[in-house]
Amino acid sequence: MTALSRPIRRLLGRNDAALDSAPASGSEPEPIVPEASADLELSASIAVEIPESDPLLAYLQSAPGPVDVARLELDSPAVQGLRDAGVALVVPLVSQGELIGTLNLGPRLSEQEYSTDDRRLLTTLAAQAAPAIRVAQLVREQANEAAERERLAQELRVATLIQQQFLPRHLPQLPQWQVAAYYGPARAVGGDFYDFVEMPDGRIGIAVGDVTDKGVPAALVMARTHSVLRAEASRSTSPGEILSRANDLLEPEMPAKMFVTCLFAILDPTTGHIVIANAGHNLPFVRSGDEVAEIRATGMPLGLMPGIRYEETEGVIGPDSNVLLYSDGLIEAHDDNREMFGFDRLREAMRIDDAGSELLDRLLETLNAFTGTDREQEDDITLVTLRRSAGVAEHEAAGSTALTAFSLPGIQGNEREAMDRVAAALADLGLPEDRLERLKTAVSEAAMNAIEYGSQGNEEVPFEVDVTVTPTDVVVRVTDRAMSGAVPKDPETPDIERKLVGEQKPRGWGLFLIEHMVDAMDVSADEEAGTQTVTLRLAREETNDG
Amino acid sequence: MDDRRFGAQVVEAPDDVRVRMHGDLDSRADESLSTAYEAVKALGQDRMTLDFNEVGYINSTGIALVVRLLAEARRDGRGVRAIGLTPHYREIFRITRLSDFMDIIEGDAA
Repeated sequence: MTALSRPIRRLLGRNDAALDSAPASGSEPEPIVPEASADLELSASIAVEIPESDPLLAYLQSAPGPVDVARLELDSPAVQGLRDAGVALVVPLVSQGELIGTLNLGPRLSEQEYSTDDRRLLTTLAAQAAPAIRVAQLVREQANEAAERERLAQELRVATLIQQQFLPRHLPQLPQWQVAAYYGPARAVGGDFYDFVEMPDGRIGIAVGDVTDKGVPAALVMARTHSVLRAEASRSTSPGEILSRANDLLEPEMPAKMFVTCLFAILDPTTGHIVIANAGHNLPFVRSGDEVAEIRATGMPLGLMPGIRYEETEGVIGPDSNVLLYSDGLIEAHDDNREMFGFDRLREAMRIDDAGSELLDRLLETLNAFTGTDREQEDDITLVTLRRSAGVAEHEAAGSTALTAFSLPGIQGNEREAMDRVAAALADLGLPEDRLERLKTAVSEAAMNAIEYGSQGNEEVPFEVDVTVTPTDVVVRVTDRAMSGAVPKDPETPDIERKLVGEQKPRGWGLFLIEHMVDAMDVSADEEAGTQTVTLRLAREETNDG
Repeated sequence: MDDRRFGAQVVEAPDDVRVRMHGDLDSRADESLSTAYEAVKALGQDRMTLDFNEVGYINSTGIALVVRLLAEARRDGRGVRAIGLTPHYREIFRITRLSDFMDIIEGDAA
């Protein structure tokens, strides 16, 4: 701190004087007099540096009044500086015990020494001026701090905006899989990202990455990396190749001292087969039973050098098992003793079999218990987990075949599209025409419910349909986002006579039709998704309805 | 697709008014069907035939539109019958008991 460097100005009578302010706790010194105006004659402009370690500061702090520079016997470069600048008298300005500046005066023009009256006057002046100067200093400091805070807040807003634009708005709905993801930005917003990509061969690509650095630069690199990975995932089904191509594209444009760690996995949801390639990111954990193991794959982060090849590692996520992909914000979080959360705690927390978001909730609770909830999050935390349910094995054992799975925007009209796509998937099954028509109507109505209750007609909120065939049944599941809660299980039974006389609204036929069209239907929902399952027996059965 | 867009044409015959529909009978058919019934009322016949020959898809909202139309017609003292329904939709008209309040004519004979 502490550079007192102000011009000496004629301020008091015919004396040369200057007001310098001592900087408060590390800030730059504030000018106390206005910049030179026409009637203030500059007699000198010499920088007087007073380093923090200079004994002059402590001396002035405790001086009872004006100090004669000539009589100072301090081993102080600043004193010499004052003498060289022609300063004869230094009047300390002290407010609430803190030296906030000095009033520097040259010798009297009469060449007489400063009188006792002069000194008394200066002491009085200093005592009255110091608090006012301190207030001015504080106002200026606060204004500067507010401006800096606003600048940082604005940068944070921009970084957050960029980040959010590129995080997936919806998780993939995979039959027999529970998918959950969490992104918790640190206050400074790091460069974490995750993404799900539908691969050209129907598998699902999962990317988790972390850009070094924080704020807008990291967010921009994250955005670019996200785009490059998406583009390359549309051209290749090899995670190693995708990372290699992404690296070659990113490397020439990567800002200095920045790089991206990234793990790219491709999962076959029907078999649980997973292939991963890793560009310097944390290794994913796979839990099976109470065993937790890493899938090991290594490689250099993206953007450091061209021509990198990435090895691939394969595995299978079995029924009742899950995989966790995560960023280092989790394992590198510290407690009050500066101990890291680390891999062992993560591994231990994963041993319990929790589905989807429950696992993430528990991991975050474990982390909070470790760091303390008052502790500011140090880095972005990203968690992605996919759990394969035991139902897969049951269906496999029963000879179940997944015929199709697709997602559609939640807008009116797409119930017809869902119906047609299900019918196309069943084309080779040889269902009798009347049975097929019944299933089509049921699917259409279930999709309408999903659009109305799950998406509320919002194009951005899709619904998913999957079709499975067992030796005895066709099972169609329609899954929505439950935006306005679950599809009502027991709506008022439609009564045509009451409708015709206006005692019931004309609408309200959806679930009634589904129930009468298929052999079984089920409606279930949790906070995140609603599912309608309609089942049509393959063998013709006489029903009450026809 | 354009061939799925609903439309309704009102044609007058000596002893009834036929509402020839085409396209998908869903929520988007609401306005066309209301307009068609206004035309039916203007013609003043006491019998209306709903012609479903060119309707390939009816969902529950479409059923609700038919219920509303039927209710209005009954209030107006107008008889309603339906022609051209596929076996599947005849089945749905039976399950919903619409067929209890309108004549369902198999085939497209008027």
